[in-house]
Amino acid sequence: MPTISVDKAALFKELGREYTTEEFDELCFEFGIELDEDTTNSDRPIVNGVQEPPQLKIEIPANRYDLLCFEGIQLMLNIFLGRKPLPEYKLVPPPNGQLQEIIVKEETTKIRPYVSGAILRNVKFDTARYESFIALQDKLHQNLARQRTLVSIGTHDLDTVQGPFTYEALPPKDIKFTPLNQTQEMNGEEMMNFYEKHQQLGKFLHIIRDSPVYPVIYDSKRTVCSLPPIINGDHSKISVNTTNVFIEITALDRTKLEIVNRMMVTMFSQYTSEPFTIEPIKIVSEHNNETRITPDLSPRTAEAEVSYINQCCGLNLTAEDISTRLSKMAFRAKPSATKPDIVEVEIPPTRADVLHQCDIMEDVAIAYGFNNLPRSFPSKSGTVAQPLPVNKLTDIIRMEAAMAGWSEVLPLILCSHDENFAWLNRKDDGTTAVKLANPKTLEFQIVRTSLLPGLLKTIRENKGHSVPMKVFEVSDVAFKDLTLERKSRNERHFAAAWYGKTSGFEIVHGLLDRVMAMMRSAFIIGEEGLDNAASGAAQYWIKELDDPTYFAGHAATIHARIGDKEHVIGTFGILHPTVLEKYELKYPVSTLEINIEPFL
Amino acid sequence: MASDMTAQILDSLSKSDAPLLSNEAYPSIPSLNIKSALDRLGSRQMIEYETLEKDVVVLTPEGEEIANNGSHEAKVFAAVVAALDGLKISDLPGIVGKDNAKVGQGNCFKRGWIKKDNDKLRATQESIVDETREQLLTVQRTQTLDDSKALADLKRRKLVSLSKDIHYKFSKGPKYAKEFVKEETDLTPEMIASGAWKTVQLKPYNFNAKGAHTPSGALHPLNKVRSEFRNIFFEMGFTEMPTNRFVETGFWNFDALFVPQQHPARDLQDTFYIADPLTADPPREDPANDPHLPKAAKPLDYQKYWDNVHDVHEKGKFGSIGYRYPWNADESLRLVLRTHTTSISAYMLHKLAADPRPARLFSIDRVFRNEAVDATHLAEFHQIEGVIADFGLTLGGLIGFMEVFFAKMGIHQLRFKPAYNPYTEPSMEIFGYHEGLGKWVEIGNSGMFRPEMLESMGIPKNMQVYGWGLSLERPTMIKYGVSNIRELLGHKVDLGFIESNPAVRLEKE
Repeated sequence: MPTISVDKAALFKELGREYTTEEFDELCFEFGIELDEDTTNSDRPIVNGVQEPPQLKIEIPANRYDLLCFEGIQLMLNIFLGRKPLPEYKLVPPPNGQLQEIIVKEETTKIRPYVSGAILRNVKFDTARYESFIALQDKLHQNLARQRTLVSIGTHDLDTVQGPFTYEALPPKDIKFTPLNQTQEMNGEEMMNFYEKHQQLGKFLHIIRDSPVYPVIYDSKRTVCSLPPIINGDHSKISVNTTNVFIEITALDRTKLEIVNRMMVTMFSQYTSEPFTIEPIKIVSEHNNETRITPDLSPRTAEAEVSYINQCCGLNLTAEDISTRLSKMAFRAKPSATKPDIVEVEIPPTRADVLHQCDIMEDVAIAYGFNNLPRSFPSKSGTVAQPLPVNKLTDIIRMEAAMAGWSEVLPLILCSHDENFAWLNRKDDGTTAVKLANPKTLEFQIVRTSLLPGLLKTIRENKGHSVPMKVFEVSDVAFKDLTLERKSRNERHFAAAWYGKTSGFEIVHGLLDRVMAMMRSAFIIGEEGLDNAASGAAQYWIKELDDPTYFAGHAATIHARIGDKEHVIGTFGILHPTVLEKYELKYPVSTLEINIEPFL
Repeated sequence: MASDMTAQILDSLSKSDAPLLSNEAYPSIPSLNIKSALDRLGSRQMIEYETLEKDVVVLTPEGEEIANNGSHEAKVFAAVVAALDGLKISDLPGIVGKDNAKVGQGNCFKRGWIKKDNDKLRATQESIVDETREQLLTVQRTQTLDDSKALADLKRRKLVSLSKDIHYKFSKGPKYAKEFVKEETDLTPEMIASGAWKTVQLKPYNFNAKGAHTPSGALHPLNKVRSEFRNIFFEMGFTEMPTNRFVETGFWNFDALFVPQQHPARDLQDTFYIADPLTADPPREDPANDPHLPKAAKPLDYQKYWDNVHDVHEKGKFGSIGYRYPWNADESLRLVLRTHTTSISAYMLHKLAADPRPARLFSIDRVFRNEAVDATHLAEFHQIEGVIADFGLTLGGLIGFMEVFFAKMGIHQLRFKPAYNPYTEPSMEIFGYHEGLGKWVEIGNSGMFRPEMLESMGIPKNMQVYGWGLSLERPTMIKYGVSNIRELLGHKVDLGFIESNPAVRLEKE
């Protein structure tokens, strides 16, 4: 969630009163934003000899782009408090009726197909407003625009350039300009090298770097306005003294493009000489049918059902009452003249988050106050509790192992490839383990296929503990399984490890016997024992195993016959000394690992 | 030895009823030996005693030496006086020893006892008072020194040290006897058989010590908390969901939940993607006979579900305008490690859509986030998740339910904050008042699942579904005051902590 820092005194002035930190926190809580910090009593940075005035750091829900700047926060809180009406945003063409134009060339479809824009006429900036204007672009770039990949904004001093503008896509070498705040002219390729190591801009270069053409916006005199999504030209840069601002926005995503445009103009048109007026521009884009006037600030009309809102909120409000409450949340709403169950809601251009009547319903609930809603207990229908069978079986084995004197541990499920394979003297045949594409560290390369690495690492980290250590885990491992929708499956395993001055081989074997007995499984000697009628429904037997994980002659496979099916459920043995060495263990270790799912 | 001392003490006391002092009665016996004998007799009420403690000054070996033979400076002075015509400096070590010569010569000069005359030392007076020795002799005799400045000086010179003198004042106890009767250590089968138990004296039990250590196994603390949460769900009629599936598809983990394909949660920075295997199949019927999975009431139309999800994202459906972006099927078929168990809730609700009826579902299982590891974040943690589906559910019902649910773990004051979550609307963050910390703490997230998610599955419009979730680790860390998550989950957890952690009773704490 984005956090926005606003000047405390300025905000309280706009809200018409002082708030204590607690009071303001409460207001935020009710409205659905969160006061993260009030810096009044903190060490605030000193810039140019002046200490920063107290700030309120406010956490904003990720879908409320209209709250990403001071202007939006003060406006929406004032509307919520009933102190201000929702502004009427108006598109006003220039006196001569001639709209500025951006003419789009077809080549742009190869790299960044959409463009939009607007003009703010006779804006009056001051330092705070100007900084907020720049900061909003940053916040939009970070959040909605996904680090400029989807959308990027360029703002220009309209008085330094001359329309009509063209939006083109050209080979990097053919674009020559002086980037913002630079003195030397460079072409597109040189610019890439120039900003290679740049702290802020370096991370955006990848968006277009390898494209044969770069997007570029020119004015009618072939002055480069910007090279989106990287940087503007120096020529048209804006300052606190700029009065006519040309905003151009380019994008891969058409919906987000228009949202960004609406946010920029609705938030800052309050500083134009006639507040809340915006000069539209014409986009000429015949090749993809995108010729249009932007921005579109007309509210979207939606219908919300009174019965639905009341049902979800557990209220019994009239259509009028709902309409009144919605006005606190920056909607214009009125009961439908023709349909008694309908409230007609105008969704302003600032509210990009409203997709469905459930969003309107939530705003009714917020306006009413979540904590004022009538409380009930949803006990109309009876349901029957039921554990997941494999978890029930897991609990039985956990209890038996703990009662037998073993301690349960809970290592991680992700591990390194070596821990799972090479360190256990096991080979990866490429068909077993689920491998991660983007781990941040070697610790998380694969999903374990065995519980042993976790047990051995736990012992390694507990060397200070008295010996013997007896630890176990009952949990899932995962395997590739290309027959399934998700191409993999979990399997519930039980594993135990002994670490002590003796090998513990018989002790681990004894734990196996105990758990098998609790699973009503009878020990028999080899498969021939299966004929013994006395041995009941389930039997198990063990067979010597030659496996490099274990010490030669001291390992076995565990076989079980349950019902009519025979399974090899696991292995146990004394770990091979080379395994101990890898896990930095100096005493002998015996381990046991079985798949418990056949016992379901 | 101690047994000798018991006899000796009993014997000493037999002569009179007056209390005795151990340092007077047995000046040469170490007090440790005396104490063990006194304890033995005391625990049987044969004697009574009290411990007397006082600070004493004792001589160090060097102090002893000076007390017996004089200080370094006195020795040097004596040597100088003994030489008839001054003492050659180079001869001094040979007479008084190297150590005495060095320290003593300096001290003599300081006190003005001797002076230097070319290469000779001469006395300036006929006799001196060896103060240091006098002081040390006083200490030796009285174990104290009244002149505190002098005492500090002796201490600094490491000639004396402070020590505690412990001795005991003891007298006859109510069960005093001259002889110590032999005691048996324990009751034996033989004593019971022979009847010897009637006369035998058992060694008294030490009621101040702990009993013998009981070897025992242990369950993991986090799993103990998990059991408590599971029980709360069972008490409230919930069915456990089949979360034994770490690998999910982009479809179930995100798209089905109406999380747009450009949402930051889907970034490589936040989600673990799978390199091998690489691509999933579109959603389809479960394999027959999977022992973990529920059976749908009737066959489900997976193609329709897929298309609905596609449409509701790309152009809107079911009364929603959608996100209006080109939805990419390949993104939906990427495999991920599930970032939440809500993917399984979606799977279960889709099954429920075949025959919509009231349902309560829960799970507590591992989820994965590709986060940088720090004190409160691990790449893995446990998510607790609950789902209630019913007709005509209200937001007040969700609040009311949360109050009962959290009261079962001892949290009685809740507040709800409007919040944002892509798949719930309304969304509420749950804050609980923490008595110990004296503040409101965020304890979970909740909401009603969005119609875009539910109606795509075929859940009817008049059925609402609550969902809520919290991590298992966070409340456990708050309850136990654990500040680093790695002390609770993973291989770095201390086995001693696992073995000694008390039983979990959430409603009590």
